[in-house]
Amino acid sequence: MVQTVVEMQHITKKFGNLIANNDVSLKVHQGEILALLGENGAGKSTLMSILSGLLQPTSGKILINDRIVSIKDPQTAKALGIGMVHQHFMLIPAFSVLENIILGDEPHNYLGKIKYIQAKQIIKQMAQRYHLQLDLDAKVADISVGMQQRVEIMKALYRKADVLIFDEPTAALTPQEIKELMQTFRILASENKAIIFITHKIKEIKEVADYCTIIRSGKVIETVKVSQAGEEQLAEMMVGRKLQNNVQKQPVKQQKLILNVKQLTVQNNGRSKILNLNLQVHQGEIVGLAGVDGNGQEELLAALTGMNKVTSGSIQLNGQELANQSVRKFVESKVGYVPEDRQAEGLILSMSVAENLALKEYYHAPMNHRGILNYKYINSFAQNLVKNYGIRTQNVYETVASLSGGNQQKVIIAREIQNNPDLLIAANPTRGVDVGAIEYIHRKIIQERNQGKGILLVSFELDEILKLSDRVMVIHDGQIIGEVDPKTITAQKLGLMMAGKKIGSVQQEVTKSEL
Amino acid sequence: MSLTTILMTIISTTLVYSAPLIFTALGGTFSERSGVINVGLEGMMIVGAFCSTIFTLNLAPRLGILAAWLALLIGGICGCLFSLLHAVATINLRADHIISGAVLNMIAPAVCVFLTRIFYNGKGQTPVINQGLGTSTINGLKQIPILGKILFTQTSIIAWIAIIIAVICWYVLYRTAFVLHLRSVGENPAAADTLGINVDYYRYWGVLLSGFLGGLGGAVMAQSITLNFSVSTISGQGFMALAAMIFGKWDPIGSMAAAVFFGLAQSLPIIGAYIPGLSHINSVWFQVAPYLITVIVLAIFFGRSVGPAADGKNYIKSK
Repeated sequence: MVQTVVEMQHITKKFGNLIANNDVSLKVHQGEILALLGENGAGKSTLMSILSGLLQPTSGKILINDRIVSIKDPQTAKALGIGMVHQHFMLIPAFSVLENIILGDEPHNYLGKIKYIQAKQIIKQMAQRYHLQLDLDAKVADISVGMQQRVEIMKALYRKADVLIFDEPTAALTPQEIKELMQTFRILASENKAIIFITHKIKEIKEVADYCTIIRSGKVIETVKVSQAGEEQLAEMMVGRKLQNNVQKQPVKQQKLILNVKQLTVQNNGRSKILNLNLQVHQGEIVGLAGVDGNGQEELLAALTGMNKVTSGSIQLNGQELANQSVRKFVESKVGYVPEDRQAEGLILSMSVAENLALKEYYHAPMNHRGILNYKYINSFAQNLVKNYGIRTQNVYETVASLSGGNQQKVIIAREIQNNPDLLIAANPTRGVDVGAIEYIHRKIIQERNQGKGILLVSFELDEILKLSDRVMVIHDGQIIGEVDPKTITAQKLGLMMAGKKIGSVQQEVTKSEL
Repeated sequence: MSLTTILMTIISTTLVYSAPLIFTALGGTFSERSGVINVGLEGMMIVGAFCSTIFTLNLAPRLGILAAWLALLIGGICGCLFSLLHAVATINLRADHIISGAVLNMIAPAVCVFLTRIFYNGKGQTPVINQGLGTSTINGLKQIPILGKILFTQTSIIAWIAIIIAVICWYVLYRTAFVLHLRSVGENPAAADTLGINVDYYRYWGVLLSGFLGGLGGAVMAQSITLNFSVSTISGQGFMALAAMIFGKWDPIGSMAAAVFFGLAQSLPIIGAYIPGLSHINSVWFQVAPYLITVIVLAIFFGRSVGPAADGKNYIKSK
């Protein structure tokens, strides 16, 4: 019989009116890897914060090694052998790797002098045992994200953790580092450590986890043996409905021209970032702009939203010339914009959800009456949008910073779509959001298209471009170097074009490589 | 005057003026390393200077020179108590650190001058202390050829103590668990908290140590330079110490070296007359020099020095 290391029974956690965890129970045994699967905001992190002593449950019991315990602070968790590796690493960049590992538990003499040499020896031995490669003397500020994570793991092991909790451990890692981490998981499990890791990436679960507990809206949906569950089944349990992989598009009739960009040139410090670029978007179509990052997408977006001046050329919207007009002029000409970086450009994090939703219209009636904001109207306006767009927030007065990534993105989309734009520009609209939110955002974009809006989709995700677009334009070095049909082009061909090959030569290359 | 005599005068005067700055700058280092910005050093110095002066004036007749040394301790303790205001405001009440520090700087002269007027029949300054620290010669070390005369004759003992304390602080800052914890709460309090380090506890230590050292610095100023207390006893030395701390990159040895440099600048009005070639310059320039140098150094280095990452940021634990 394998020892049960952690058992959480009927855990409920409330924040005011919001129930983050509702009667959640789970179990982990020695040497076992348990995945906690759920969308952003499902309550996974809250649950693990309870286990690591950062939060107190409203009700419920926790058993460690079959004994009921109360984990009132991180020290208690530590004493019980629970170690947490946070998503945003809890490291001190100015300190060395060694100092970060021993901080708070330094071996020292009676005068408080730290025995660095002794500490180093202990850690070197442990690093060998667990195959963790660490440069103990390096400053944390100078090491890779992968090594920072190993520092976090070593911190937990140094404190004799038997249970290791990982909060979205792969979010910031490269594919190579993810592989190494999975390897580390297996080594730790073989050393009889129990591992709980929070994720919304099903591939990783299939790769290493033994069991998977699915959490949705704060409740446990099910715990399954990973070897007996399919990827699709896990995804459906996570979002709570069948995922529509094929989005329904009504056929496009060539309709009225909405956006007409002619001979656009944008120079920056004397260099042409965009050169004589032509681009058309019609009603009822999604035009995908594919390209490698840094080929002028940023400058094009800035020109099309009025953020930057253009050097020459014209930008016409519904026949009206807009080049070099103010941002507000663009907004009032019915251009909606979902920027790439939601936290830096899309939202004002320290302001409330309601205020963020009002950002486009705060300056005129009915939100504004002779310079005084009508908060009653703004809040009810926001409440409507929160309901219609399924934005998960405690209330509209919360700061938007407290929302999860997917919900922050929904706030932007709600704001940009609700005033019925003629042209919607979306830049990497699904970057860093989970499967459920991706599906939702894709559905919204297609809905807008079907209602006769023109949509310009700029994305580095080829799958996304190919899945949504009616026409795909390839941008390279500030110029459109070709238009392709997403139904017939292969990702391989598109990739070659993005690298700057013209269509004709791409055909040749592909045939060559197929031979 | 021989060259060694001139050097001796310059160095001993510099040291006399450096001592208060060294102590205060060290204090600032502890406070800011723990993550609490301390612009209230000036106020802490004023309180230290005032309390120590009152102490010596009352007890010198009975204790003699011992009173002057005890007065330093009293100055430190009073500065420490005074800094409690800053600690409570910033750590518990989460006030803005700059504003709280500025308040200390406004309260201190007001209260101390007010009390001076009450104690001394409405006069704005205290009588002069008869028993100051002054300068003395360190017997063993003065035997060292040449250097002994330059460095250890007619010198400020308290300045040498300050330098030794700076070295001890440096050792403590980089070698002990206590200060590793203190530094960690100034760099990333959330991380320290998850490791079971009590953020508030170490920030209190940081502020109280700065209060003690700042008060001590003020007391040294009163006991060895001004020899009384008035509103102008501490005139910008707290800010110079702050500048020295930044110039010294929040490092005890660096702060100490910077403080000695500012001490030299401060002693210019006195030693200028002894330096051949400088004696004919209008003394106004020498008097302006320390402040001018402080401003210039701050302007050049403030942008570049990187202080503790969480300096001035209140830590709010999520419940």
